[in-house]
Amino acid sequence: MVFVPHTEEERQAMLKAIGVEKMDDLFYDVPAKYRYPTLGLEAPLTEMEVLEELQELSEANLNAYRTPTFLGAGIYRHWVPAVVDYVLSRGEFYTAYTPYQAEISQGTLTAIFEYQSLICDLTGMEVANASHYDGATAAAEAVIQAYNVFRGKRKKVVLAPTLHPHYREVIRTYTQGMGLEIVGDEALEKPLEEVVEMVDEQTFAFIVQTPNFFGEIEPLEGLADEVHTRGKKALLAVAVNPISLGLLKPPGEYGADIVFGDGQPLGLGLNFGGPTLGFYATKMRYVHQMAGRIVGETKDVEGKRGFVLTLTSREQHIRRHRATSNICSNQGIMTLAATVYLSALGKDGLRKVALANYHKAHYAAERIAALPGYTVVADKPFFNEFVVECPAPVAEINDFLLNEWDYEIIGGYDLSRDYPHLARHMLVAVTEMNGRDEIDDFVEALRAFADYHQVEVEA
Amino acid sequence: MKIDPQCRYTKSHEWARKEDDLIVIGITDYAQQTLSDIVYVELPEEGDEITKGEAFGVVESVKAASDIYAPVSGEVVAVNEKLEDEPELVNSDPFGEGWLIKVRPDDAGEMDELLTPEDYEKVVAEEEAH
Repeated sequence: MVFVPHTEEERQAMLKAIGVEKMDDLFYDVPAKYRYPTLGLEAPLTEMEVLEELQELSEANLNAYRTPTFLGAGIYRHWVPAVVDYVLSRGEFYTAYTPYQAEISQGTLTAIFEYQSLICDLTGMEVANASHYDGATAAAEAVIQAYNVFRGKRKKVVLAPTLHPHYREVIRTYTQGMGLEIVGDEALEKPLEEVVEMVDEQTFAFIVQTPNFFGEIEPLEGLADEVHTRGKKALLAVAVNPISLGLLKPPGEYGADIVFGDGQPLGLGLNFGGPTLGFYATKMRYVHQMAGRIVGETKDVEGKRGFVLTLTSREQHIRRHRATSNICSNQGIMTLAATVYLSALGKDGLRKVALANYHKAHYAAERIAALPGYTVVADKPFFNEFVVECPAPVAEINDFLLNEWDYEIIGGYDLSRDYPHLARHMLVAVTEMNGRDEIDDFVEALRAFADYHQVEVEA
Repeated sequence: MKIDPQCRYTKSHEWARKEDDLIVIGITDYAQQTLSDIVYVELPEEGDEITKGEAFGVVESVKAASDIYAPVSGEVVAVNEKLEDEPELVNSDPFGEGWLIKVRPDDAGEMDELLTPEDYEKVVAEEEAH
């Protein structure tokens, strides 16, 4: 499609038709003193000068891709294959609008259909939507979908306390005013088995994350049955790290009713924390309560295969106030990135990435556990993230790593930010990008911190 | 446009028909025509109570989603399961195969409060005139 701007004659004709002399007259509602404010911009610069200024600004930041990084907690430094950016940058994809008009959007629709198919394969589920904004909003939509499956007759939802704190918060934000009873995540220490016991016939869903926020792999064996029995068909919704599915059995095969999560690890990069990608899949029998766009495969009038947005009467532009969600968008470019990433890696590649993550994290944990003053908290198996109890507050250690050590290291997440009683607990993430030398240097830096600060250690 | 003489009607284009001691409920030919292709019908479950004048379900078509209003109050004893896979039956046979639910009425007298076929014809004629 080509953009054809108005000519001056067309503008004049339109103004005349509405009885207005000039464009400026259309703004008479805006008080005169605000109409053309002085912006206080500096004098224009040449392209060369602009680039110099922007480069100076960007150099004030550390580039996480060129700095040893052990920070995760929901967004991870994974390798972004060059082919991802190459495909994303194609004008046909990058500037494409929403595919409402199927005839001119077959490229976009085909890509989304492939994405949906890949998500179903990855999660072991029957139908996936075209994506939500991120894992947190996907979590909220999972709660709302389950609520609607029971038509609002049940009000209770049980959340595992080890869900990402953002998911727990956004679930509450989205469901304000719905009269829901949200329980289960009051006490972090409550074991999962006890939280599941809170599920009863008033419950419409149980939400769990694996690996959980602390990196631990939650046992899904038998969980679906327990939730369905205790909760008289209550739904089980599971949040997953998609990279972990290269190694672990998908929740769909454990009987989960909804599987969702954040797709950032699938070739999206860090990008200052966003945009990310909320992937979402469910069983076909619940498709009418699932929110979000769905792309379907069909045949055109000539019998040729084509793709369209389908089951659209679920959505709010048709179902309006009766729709289960107001979402009428998806993360188009991000789903494309994930699709290219998964296609480029394939099953074997994804497994290799997952294995690299798993083994490097376990190597790091082993070496850190051997350091005096540091303890690795690992009651359950973990994937690529684990908790370290440190000899001093994490903020101090991270400051040391960034500003005092020989070169900058971005340390793990300070868990006291979400859990004040976990003042000395660092959430360490290790991915395929952390080389062995990098991990060894990190361990040396941690050792140096303990020595340098002459911290009291128990031998 | 078809009007079944055995039914009584509502202004919101639902029909109700006595079948022994039950009342069968559906939407009219005029309604299905206006909605166009129906793709999904959300119905109550057996055992649910419906109240006259209140919405008990939703009909989704390619262009709109409409509430379905109860012509009478009662307990739902049967739901047309065929509509799960063949919602288009509401379009092709709105008074027959496209029935929605069957209820055991709380008060059989409520049927008399509904529009007669002739009255309903007038309602439709007026709507079409606008």
